[in-house]
Amino acid sequence: MPNHAIEITSGPRLLDATQGVARTSLGRRRRPAEGLIQGFLFVCGAISILTTVGIVFVLGKESLLFFASPEVDLARFFTGTTWQPAIGQFGILPLINATLMTSMMAMVVAIPLGLCVAVYLSEYASPRARGILKPILEVLAGVPTVVYGYFALSAMTPLLRSILGPNTVDIYNTASAGIVMGILILPLVSSMSEDALSAVPRSLREAAYGLGATKLETALKVVLPAALSGIAAALIVAISRAVGETMIVAIAAGAGPNLTLNPFKAAETMTGHIVRISGGDLSYDSIDYNSIFAIGLMLFLITLGLNVLSRQIVRRFREVYD
Amino acid sequence: MRLVNRQPQGFADSGDYAPKLAERQRSARRWQGIFLVATMVGIVFLVALLYTIINQAFGYVAQENTVDPATLVSAGVPLEELPKEQLIQILRDHVSAGVMRRFESEQPFELRSREDVYSLVVERVVAPRIVATWNLDASLLRRAAIQHNVAIEYPDARLVFRAWLMPDFLMRSQSSTPADAGVRTALLGSLWMLAVIILVAFPVGVGAAIYLEEYAGKSLVNSIIQTNISNLAGVPSIIYGMLGLAVFVRALEPLTSGALFGLVDPATANGRTILSAGLTLALLVLPLLIINAQEAIRAVPASLRQASYGLGATKWQTVWYHVLPSALPGILTGTILAMSRAVGETAPLVVVGASTFVALDPQGPFSKFTTLPIQIYQWTSRPQDQFRHIAAAAIIVLLALLLALNASAIWLRNRYSRRLD
Repeated sequence: MPNHAIEITSGPRLLDATQGVARTSLGRRRRPAEGLIQGFLFVCGAISILTTVGIVFVLGKESLLFFASPEVDLARFFTGTTWQPAIGQFGILPLINATLMTSMMAMVVAIPLGLCVAVYLSEYASPRARGILKPILEVLAGVPTVVYGYFALSAMTPLLRSILGPNTVDIYNTASAGIVMGILILPLVSSMSEDALSAVPRSLREAAYGLGATKLETALKVVLPAALSGIAAALIVAISRAVGETMIVAIAAGAGPNLTLNPFKAAETMTGHIVRISGGDLSYDSIDYNSIFAIGLMLFLITLGLNVLSRQIVRRFREVYD
Repeated sequence: MRLVNRQPQGFADSGDYAPKLAERQRSARRWQGIFLVATMVGIVFLVALLYTIINQAFGYVAQENTVDPATLVSAGVPLEELPKEQLIQILRDHVSAGVMRRFESEQPFELRSREDVYSLVVERVVAPRIVATWNLDASLLRRAAIQHNVAIEYPDARLVFRAWLMPDFLMRSQSSTPADAGVRTALLGSLWMLAVIILVAFPVGVGAAIYLEEYAGKSLVNSIIQTNISNLAGVPSIIYGMLGLAVFVRALEPLTSGALFGLVDPATANGRTILSAGLTLALLVLPLLIINAQEAIRAVPASLRQASYGLGATKWQTVWYHVLPSALPGILTGTILAMSRAVGETAPLVVVGASTFVALDPQGPFSKFTTLPIQIYQWTSRPQDQFRHIAAAAIIVLLALLLALNASAIWLRNRYSRRLD
């Protein structure tokens, strides 16, 4: 607000003039403390930049050390199908595969449920029902992920095993972790989508009703397409959250990288691997230490890419109604 | 809006339209049901989550004594009624001289009460072990079957109803026997860490929010900061853990281990301290805190600032005396919500290097640490059933802590908003 600056300096000067003091200076009164405070506040803001720089620097530096070491081959890193640091095998595919499996499982649960919840809350629910249902769903989002991990291991896995048989379903499996992760992400999908749906102006709905559409047709064929960019953005943010989710998979998905497409077998995700390796006694500058930073870099790039994509979608495809 | 769903009178009988209309309305009703069910599924999951936890935190246990109390006494007097001197004698007969000396040095036997000695005898000599456990639902519904089972499988065992979550559980420190373990060290660790996070993240977060809302113009640097903050909010928490490991634990080890201040504790000199954990989580919650504080500051009406400027206040005076007090309820609420996020974080702390076993209370920011979620994670990862039960009890403690934080956020907000009006 630059226009206020003039008013600030003019105050004391006017006072001086009315008292008839001769030393009226037209220059701006210097206030070193104000400058100092502004400097401090800028530093506070800049800390966020430093954090990003720190993340990129740390992940980049340790990853470079990892890729520079003689045991690692960049091509094999992306195409190798075994990750076994003990015998010098560094193929990230099993880890990425497991991450994709748990994330997809989570989205299979969270997308249909989340969208249905969003449509119900925004189009059907009375204000009173909304006032009750929304806080309950927000509680789901506030439960720590380690509690979800516990739930996956001690409730979801036994449930799956009793339905499908203990021979089909391992004690640690990606399906159970993925389903529970879906519940964790459900409130994220539903609340972001609901915001997008609520932003669609009422006139569109009234036009649809005027043409004789039912409530369902209005919701699905008019409101939903109008809010599509916001919903797509919500889904992408949700995927990024699922990819970065750690404790549920660390507890319930199993230890040990395993390249499998069977969701009922144990497999270790990228995040799960980082947690397991760093939980033990990790010596600096060992290949294990550097390898988790290489995985971390992949994770960072994937989630950052998804988040940026989500923002781009909103920016480019948002329909603005006035 | 309601009207349009009803069948329009004029068209009711006109051939093509009517049959389709009935079908359309049926599907509208069907889907409305589906939407409602989907919403309920979320609630059902929440209930299932709480049920699972409570179910595991209480239930029957079968206890077996290592030494039968009947063999300890000779003259038909039950153990509970023996005088103090005989109890001390029993203790002396069954534990080593070294352990006796330790008891003596903790508190001389002459000064100990009879009950105290008796509980020592029970703990060290009789030493009940838990041999089997049941969940709450089984304990309530299949009581007879459990008693029958215990009688056959563990003839020496007693069946006791045990609340794994009890006041004692909060006061006891870590132990390798689940029945004796508690969350004291973890709870203290969480609170110490929270103190570090508040001290670091609150001033920095509010400062950054003030800068972005009140000072920053539309320059390139400022828009970069703003974009950057929303990007940081989406970075997975485990990445922050790796940042903390490389920067706070490793690069800044002299600072975070306390060596700079001459406070080195040989066990913690590697930098994996409460301070490192707190700084890491402070960075993690910072974007959240800044975004919340920005919203609170933005909600302060511009007229307040203009009135202040009009009276000749400087920019900082305006911010400090007028903008901040009005925005405070919102900022505090946002801060507490950020804190409750930090309290539940696990992954970054595992990476930063939470200790797996801490039996001593943390003494300050340079102590080794464990926190409630870390403790839950470690207990959950153990295969034995009993750890599952104490993990459930610890989860209840964690959820209660979160509930308290959130309730205080609401309370603070209501209180301050009333005062301002």
